[in-house]
Amino acid sequence: MAAIYSLYIINKSGGLIFYKDYGSAGRMDTNDSLRLASLWHSMHAISQQLSPVHGCSGIELLEADTFDLHCFQSLTGTKFFVVSEPGTQHMDGLLKQIYELYTDYVLKNPFYEMEMPIRCELFDINLAQAVLKDRVALLGR
Amino acid sequence: MQFFGGSEISPSPPLPTASGNNGHMMYVFNRNGICLLYREWNRPLHTLNAQQDHKLMFGLLFSLKSLTAKMDPTSVDKGNLGVPQLPGQGCSFHSFRTNTYKLSFMESPSGIKIILVTHPRTGDLRESLKYIYNLYVEYVVKNPLYTPGTPIRCELFDSTLDQYFRSHLIHMVELAKLMVAHHPSFPVTILITTATKPDNSTATDNQSRLIHHSCHHLPPPPSPDSTL
Repeated sequence: MAAIYSLYIINKSGGLIFYKDYGSAGRMDTNDSLRLASLWHSMHAISQQLSPVHGCSGIELLEADTFDLHCFQSLTGTKFFVVSEPGTQHMDGLLKQIYELYTDYVLKNPFYEMEMPIRCELFDINLAQAVLKDRVALLGR
Repeated sequence: MQFFGGSEISPSPPLPTASGNNGHMMYVFNRNGICLLYREWNRPLHTLNAQQDHKLMFGLLFSLKSLTAKMDPTSVDKGNLGVPQLPGQGCSFHSFRTNTYKLSFMESPSGIKIILVTHPRTGDLRESLKYIYNLYVEYVVKNPLYTPGTPIRCELFDSTLDQYFRSHLIHMVELAKLMVAHHPSFPVTILITTATKPDNSTATDNQSRLIHHSCHHLPPPPSPDSTL
């Protein structure tokens, strides 16, 4: 049982800069994940256009038949989204935590170029721990 | 998907989970993307003209469907991204939420799409969508004068739909009364936004009782601590 199935991070222009799979069925190749990420970027933008009232900041939660997609957009336009089991709670907290890890271990890395794919060992290690902790917390609930 | 639970419309419409008459818009599309019905109750912001708006909405739903079909983490064979899928094929979605609105979506096996845009804190509207679909089958599809694929102009459908949305409001008034009875310290204010008919804009006690009697029964009262 997986609490979250996968994690995507896309930069402000819709390019996929980080993708990690945590046990979804079937293989998704690199091209597919890139396409999905940019598709999500556009859907997010269109949903703001269709808002009946002012001040819409895009989709936060998409409820599909077999999964939930939780999205968090940072102030700079970087979007973090996780695919989780339907009805999973507290995903906002996890997303905020991942955002913190991103600011600490990616943005503060002097060798990281902005808007480019993330290759930071420390980020990977800490992310794995955060996801594991979330999973343990889910089992404990 | 179960839509064929008998041709009769259930006598009591599903209870609104919404905490009020907070609907914004409603769309009905057929499988070719033609907007059969568009209703608007409360929409202060118009970014596009009506036709462009309908096109954008249909495009959003179409693309989101192909996205969810491809992203489905439980199926092994997902096909290629962007290949059109038949209604009911592949993983679809039933709602999404932004900070300002919630969109609930249903697609029938024949490709009729019903979309409700409501307040972001509205509950699950799948039952309401099914009920509206049943109304469509009863009053539009079975209408001999209706040509499929044309905008819906059926008086009975319109009036029943209006009545359904009005009954949402009445349920809310009843709920408010119940809340006041249990917690007299709670002030309850009901804001009624633009209504479709002038007589909807006031829901007096008298009127609510009147319509209440025309409803078949009121469901058992929810426990006072249940969330709205």
